[in-house]
Amino acid sequence: MRIHFKTSYEHDIRLFPDWWSFFVYAALVAVAVILPWLLDDFFLGEVTNVLIWAIAGLGLMLLTGQTGQASLGHAAFLAIGCYSCIIGMENGLPFLLAFPLAGVITGIFGTLFSIPAVRLHGIYLAIATIALSVLADDIIVLLEPWTDGVSGKFAPMITIFGIEIERWTTPDRFYWLVLAVTILCTLFYRNLLRAPLGRAFAAVRDSEVSATAMGVHIAFTKAAAFGLSCAITGLAGALMGFYAGAFNNETFSIVISISLLMMIVIGGLGSIHGAFFGAIVIAFLPQALSMATDTIGGMIGGGNVAIPGLESGVFGAILILFILFEPMGIYGRWLKIRTWFELFPFARKDMFKRQKSYLKTERLR
Amino acid sequence: MSLLEITNATLKFGGVVAVNDLSLSVEEGEVYAIVGPNGAGKSTVFNLISRFYEPFSGQIMFDGQNLLDRRADAVADLGIARTFQNIELFDHATVLQNLLVGRHRHRRTNMIEEMLFTPRVRREEKKHREAVERVIDFLDLQPYRNKMIAGLPYGVRKVVELGRALASDPRLLLLDEPASGLSVEETQDMRWWIDDIRKQMGITVLMVEHDMGLVSGVSDRVLALADGAKLAEGTPAEVQSDPAVIAAYLGTGAA
Repeated sequence: MRIHFKTSYEHDIRLFPDWWSFFVYAALVAVAVILPWLLDDFFLGEVTNVLIWAIAGLGLMLLTGQTGQASLGHAAFLAIGCYSCIIGMENGLPFLLAFPLAGVITGIFGTLFSIPAVRLHGIYLAIATIALSVLADDIIVLLEPWTDGVSGKFAPMITIFGIEIERWTTPDRFYWLVLAVTILCTLFYRNLLRAPLGRAFAAVRDSEVSATAMGVHIAFTKAAAFGLSCAITGLAGALMGFYAGAFNNETFSIVISISLLMMIVIGGLGSIHGAFFGAIVIAFLPQALSMATDTIGGMIGGGNVAIPGLESGVFGAILILFILFEPMGIYGRWLKIRTWFELFPFARKDMFKRQKSYLKTERLR
Repeated sequence: MSLLEITNATLKFGGVVAVNDLSLSVEEGEVYAIVGPNGAGKSTVFNLISRFYEPFSGQIMFDGQNLLDRRADAVADLGIARTFQNIELFDHATVLQNLLVGRHRHRRTNMIEEMLFTPRVRREEKKHREAVERVIDFLDLQPYRNKMIAGLPYGVRKVVELGRALASDPRLLLLDEPASGLSVEETQDMRWWIDDIRKQMGITVLMVEHDMGLVSGVSDRVLALADGAKLAEGTPAEVQSDPAVIAAYLGTGAA
C-alpha cells in the first residue's frame, strides 16, 4: 500500500497524489497519442467514438454523479451542441470559433433549463428531462429553415490553421482533435473537484439543508451544474455530428439519453473514471455483440444472423446486474480489486459493505 | 447590544403554535443553552435563525442586522454556523471535503478561475486547507481526515459536524443537541470543546441540549422552553430549581 506522507498543503491540492499515479496517467496519455500508429482505421474510429461518448459522459456525470440531478434529457443538449456548431460553420465561422461557441450556447440553454429544474427533485426532474428529449425531436423538425428537419445535415470539413480534418479521410487527425477535447474537459472537471464549486456540487447532492446552512446558494449552484454539464455535453454533441457525418432529427433520440445515463451508472456514478469505463462499455458492446453473433452464426452454419432487440436486451441485463450487484459501477469494482491487491493479504470481505445511513432531519420543504 | 436578539417571534404550523411570542437575547462571548421537553420548539428556534422557517411575526437581529432580510444561504455570510440534531453531513465525501464546504462562505474565486485552477485559486485553497487543518487539530480528527463519512461511527460524525461549523470561522455557533447519542466520555470531550470554543476562539455558542450535566457544566445562561413559550431564564441552577420548569418536566403531582 502506498502511504502518502504529506508535508505541505500542496500535497492535498495537486492533480496527482504521487509520482506513481502521475506516471500512470502520463503513460496512458502517451499511448493515446501514438494510438493512430498502432491501430487500423476501423478500430481508431471505434476509439474515437469511445472518447466522444466519454466527453458526453463527463458532462452528464457532472450533473448526475456530482450534483445529484438526474437527467434523461441530455440527448437534447447533444443536439443543440451539434446543430449550433455546424450551423455556425455553415455561416462562415471557423471551427475554432464555432466549436467553443457551440459549448457556450448549449451551456446557456442548460442554465435556462435549470430555472424550472431547480424546483424539481429526483424522479420528477427525471420526468421533466424526458420531456426535453421528446421535444428536441419535434423542435428540430419545426425549425426546418435552420436545421433542414428530417432530411438532415452533413457535417462540413473541419479546418484548423489550414489543416484539414475529416472523420473518414483523416481519421487520425480527427482522433487527435477528439483526444485533445477529452483531455481538456477531464482537466476542467478535475480542477472543479478540488475547488469550492465542485465541493458545493457534492454538498447539494448529499444534503441541501446543510449546504444552505453553510452558505451554498442552492439555485445558483444547480444552475452552474446545469450550465457546465450542458456545455460539455454540447461539445460532445458537435463531435458526434462530425463523427456521424450526417445527422437529422432522429440522431439524438431519447435512446441516446437513456444510454448516456446507463453509461455513467455502469461506469460508476460520481467519478471521472466512471465516465470513461461506461463509454467503453456503451461504445464497444454493439461491436462485440455483432462479432459474437457472427462467430456463433458461423459455428452453427447459419451465416450472419441478426437478432432483433438483442442489443437493448443485453444492455438492460447489464444495467440490472450492475444495480443489483455493483451499484458503484465498474470504477467501484476496480477500487475494490485494487484495494485487495494493495492490502494483500489483509483485505477483508466486508470492507466495502455499506453502512446503513442514519435518520436524516426531516425535509424542511 | 446583544449579538443575537429575537423579539416576540411567533411561528405556527397550521393550528400548532411551535414558537409563541418568544424573546431571547444572546450576549457576545457567552454560552446560552435552550432546554425543554420534546416538541417544545427548541429546534424550531434554530430553524428560524437559520431562515429555514419564516416567522409569522417578530424580529430576529444579529449584530445590528435584520436576519429576516436575508435568504437562508446568506445567513452563513454573517458568521452564523450550525449543526443539526440528526447529523446532516455530506455522506459521499471525505471528512476533509466536508470541512472544506464549511469554508464556502470564504469563497473568493469564480467558476471560470476554478475550472482553470489559476494561481489565485491555488492560494485560496491553501488558506482554506490551513484553516481546516487547525480545526482538525483542535478536534483530534487526524485519523479520519481522508475517510468517507458513510463509513464513520456516529460519535465521529457528530464531531465532524461540529468541525464543519467551526471551519467557517463563525461568530455565533448553533449546536443542536451536541451530546445526543454520545457516550459519557464523548460528552465529556464535547464539554471541553465547547469550553475551548468559547474561551480560546471567542465564539458565542447557542445550544439546544437535553443532557443537564453538560448544560450546567458549560452554559452561562439557560432558557427553559415549553410549548414554544419561555418558561424560565437564568443561570443553570436557577432554571433547574424553578417550580414551573419542574412542573413542565415532572408534572405537578396535583393531577
